[in-house]
Amino acid sequence: MRHITRSLAGLILTLLVISFVIFLVMEAVPGDPAEIMLGTSAAPDTLAALREQMGLDQPFFVRYLDWLTGLLQGNLGESYTYRTPVSDLIGERLMVTLPLTGLAVFLSVAISLPLGVLAAARPNGIIDAFASLFAQIGIAVPNFWIGLLLILGIALTLGWFPAGGFPGWEAGFWPALMALILPSVALAIPQAAVLTRVTRAAVIEITNEDFVRTARAKGASPSHALWRHVVPNALIPVVTMLGMQISVLIAGAVLVENVFTLPGMGTLAYQALAQRDLIVIQNVVLFFAAIVMVVNFIVDALYTVLDPRLRTRR
Amino acid sequence: MKRNLQLFLAATTALGLATAGSAMAEPRTDLTLGMSIEPSGLDPTAAAPVAIGQVVWQNLFEGLVTIDEDGEVEPELATSWEISEDGLTYTFDLRDGVSFQNGQPFNAETAKFTIDRIIAPDSINGQKSLYAAIESTEAPDSDTLVLHLSKPSADLLYWLGFPSAVMVEPESAPENATKPVGTGPFEFASWKKGNEVTLTENDDYWGEASKLDKVTFRFIADPQAQAAALTSGGVDAIPEFTAPELVAQFESNNDFDVVIGTTGMEVVAGMNNTKAPFDNVKVRQALMMAIDRQAIIDATNAGYGTPIGSHFSPSDAGFEDLSGVLPYDPAKAKDLLAEAGYPDGFSFTMKVPNRAYAERAAEIMQAYFAQIGVMMTIESSEFPAKWIQDVFKDTNYDMTIIGHAEPLDIGIYARDPYYFNYSSPDFDATMTEIANATTEEERLAAYKKAQEILANDVPALFLYAWPKIGVWKAGLEGLWTNEPVPSNDVTDVYWSE
Repeated sequence: MRHITRSLAGLILTLLVISFVIFLVMEAVPGDPAEIMLGTSAAPDTLAALREQMGLDQPFFVRYLDWLTGLLQGNLGESYTYRTPVSDLIGERLMVTLPLTGLAVFLSVAISLPLGVLAAARPNGIIDAFASLFAQIGIAVPNFWIGLLLILGIALTLGWFPAGGFPGWEAGFWPALMALILPSVALAIPQAAVLTRVTRAAVIEITNEDFVRTARAKGASPSHALWRHVVPNALIPVVTMLGMQISVLIAGAVLVENVFTLPGMGTLAYQALAQRDLIVIQNVVLFFAAIVMVVNFIVDALYTVLDPRLRTRR
Repeated sequence: MKRNLQLFLAATTALGLATAGSAMAEPRTDLTLGMSIEPSGLDPTAAAPVAIGQVVWQNLFEGLVTIDEDGEVEPELATSWEISEDGLTYTFDLRDGVSFQNGQPFNAETAKFTIDRIIAPDSINGQKSLYAAIESTEAPDSDTLVLHLSKPSADLLYWLGFPSAVMVEPESAPENATKPVGTGPFEFASWKKGNEVTLTENDDYWGEASKLDKVTFRFIADPQAQAAALTSGGVDAIPEFTAPELVAQFESNNDFDVVIGTTGMEVVAGMNNTKAPFDNVKVRQALMMAIDRQAIIDATNAGYGTPIGSHFSPSDAGFEDLSGVLPYDPAKAKDLLAEAGYPDGFSFTMKVPNRAYAERAAEIMQAYFAQIGVMMTIESSEFPAKWIQDVFKDTNYDMTIIGHAEPLDIGIYARDPYYFNYSSPDFDATMTEIANATTEEERLAAYKKAQEILANDVPALFLYAWPKIGVWKAGLEGLWTNEPVPSNDVTDVYWSE
C-alpha cells in the first residue's frame, strides 16, 4: 500500500515539474496568440483588447497559478482559437486516438508475437528470414508513407475502406471502425517490426538458458518448452517495449492522422502549436505526460503478474 | 389468359423500374465541400483567419451589402443607400421582413449594434482599421441606418461587404464563435472540431431558397489526401485545391470539372525599404528585372497563377496589367545595379515562411539573383508565429516572401508602420484621392495611378496572383470561378444531375 502511495506521490510531483517546464517553454517561444488570431491588419488597441480578454496581460506566475488551480478543480480552461473548453476538445479527440491506438497495438502484437516466437524457434529458417526482412523494411519505411500506399492501393483501387476522414461514432460502429483500419495498419507495421525483433531476441536468449534445457531433459516437447517455459519469460522485455510504444502512439500518430485526415490528439497538438493556442498546448502536453506515466505504472504492475519472483519482494 | 397475365406483369415491372430509375435520377440536395484549413471559430467579426469567411460568408452570415463574383458591390440587407455630397454621411434603407436564424428580427437597431461593436474602443475585430472613418451611427427609424464619418472613405461600401462586417444580433453575438447566428440561407447545425462543419437550410430565409438542404465543410490539410477524397467520393468539391501538380489527373477525367480562376491574394517578396541596399530604388528595380515571374509560377504552382506588376489582383475592378513595366531582363538588371553603385552585386538573407509555395519560390529567386551577382541566403521562418513577430512586427529582415490574401489591400503601402518600411508621399496622396473620390470612375482612375506608382517604385517584388483551382464533380453547378473575397458561396449551388 505504501508502495502505491509513494508511486502516486512521485507521479504527481513529476507532473508538477513538467507543467512548470511546459509553461516556461511556451513563454520563451516567440509568437503572440492575439496577433495570430486577429491577423496582421489588427490595430494595436484591438490586440490589447483581445489580450486582456484572454488574460494574457497578467504576469507569468499569476497565469501559471490560475492554470494549476483550474486543473485541480477539473477545469482545463478554454481554447483561444476554438472558444470551447479544452476538456471537451481532448475528449472528442480521444474518441479517435484511443480506438486507433488500441487497434494499432492489437495488430502489432498479433503480427509480431507469433512471428517473433516462430522465427526464434527455428533460427535461420524460412520464417526467420521472412521475419528479418519484415523487420528491416518495417523499421526503415516511415508510417505515413505506408499510409499513403495503403490509400492508393487499397482505398482508391479496391474501394474496401474509406480513403480518409472519420465519420464519427454516431455514424455507426462499423463505418467508424472501417475508417480506422487502414490508419491502424499503417501505425502497426513499424511497431510490429520493432516488436518482432525484440521478441525474437528475447526468445533466443531464454531458449539458451539452463532451465529450458532442464525442461527438455525432463521430457517436455519442443513446442511445450517453447510456449510454456520460454515465452512467459520472454514477455518482460516485450511488455517494456510495448509500454514505450503505446506512449509514442498516443502522442506521435500525427503524421498518419494527417495523411488520413483523422481528428485525433496528434493533430490537435500540432494545430494548437502552430496557432500558439497556449491553453490547449499546455493541457495536451501535460495530458501526454500523464499518459506516459500511467502506462509505465501499469507496465510496472504487469511485471509482478508476469514474473512471480517479483511478487514476494517487499 | 396466362399470356395476358405475363404481359401485365412485364408491364408493371417495367413501369416500376422506370419510376425507380427516375427516382434515383433525382438530383442530390446535399453537398460536401473540402477545405484545407479549419477555421478557428465561426465568427468573422472576432477573428481574422480567412478560413472563417470561407465557411460562413454569404452562407450563414450576410452584410448590409455584398460583393459579387466580379468584385462589385451589390445590395443585400440594405436595399439602397445615399451618400451625402461631402461623403461624410451614409444613409442605408434596410430590407423588411428579415430575421436572424434564432428568430430575432433584423432592423436598424441590430444593424447599429453591429457597426458600433466593430468600432468600439474594446472591439476585437481584426479589421477595425478599415472602418476607422466611421465616427458614429444612428437609427432614426427601424428601417434606416445612418453612418457619420469623420473623413471621406470611398471604399467604405466595399469594406462593408466584407466578412468582418456581417450583421449580427446582440443576444447571440457573444456565442457566434461556436454557435453562429446570422441571416443567411443556411443555419448552423454542428461543428465536429478538427473534422467538419455542417450547415442546414434555413426555412425562414428572406430571399430565394437555396436548392441544397445540407452543406458540409470537411477540413483536409494534406494535398494528397484532398485528391484521394475527391476520387473516392469523400468530398464532392474542393474549390481551392492545393496540389496543382495533381490537377492534370482530374482534367482528363470526365467525372470532374476543373475550373481555374483568380483570388484576391498577391504573392510578393517584401523588402525592408529602410535598409541598404534596398533603400535604393534602382536596386529594387534591378532585383525585379532579374526574375522571370512565369518561371516561378511554373515551378511553385504547376503553371497556374497570373504574373502581376503591382499589388493588385486581376479579380478586382480597376486592375491594370503592369507586369511589363519591369520585365525579365538580366542584362538591364546588371546595368541598373552598376548604376546604383553595386557593380559586383551584394549579398543578403531572405527570411522565408515555411510554406511550400514560399520555399520553392525562394529557391528559384536565389538562382535568378545569382545570375546578376547577387548572393541570397535562405533562412526558414516558422509561420505564422515566428514570422509575424520577427519579420512583420520587428522588421528584422532584408527580404521575405508572403501571399497577401486580403482583397483590395493596395493601401498597405501607405500604412505606417508596416513591415515594408516604405514611404512615398505621392502614393499616400493617391490613397487620399481614392478615399475622397465621389464617383466610381474617379475611384478606379486613382487606383490605377496607385498601381503605377508601385509598379515603378517596387517596394516589394510583385510576383503573381494566386490562382483559384476548383475541382468538383461534373454535374455540380453554381460554384464561383473567382474568389475576390475569401469565401465559398454555395447559395446558388445545385446538382444538375
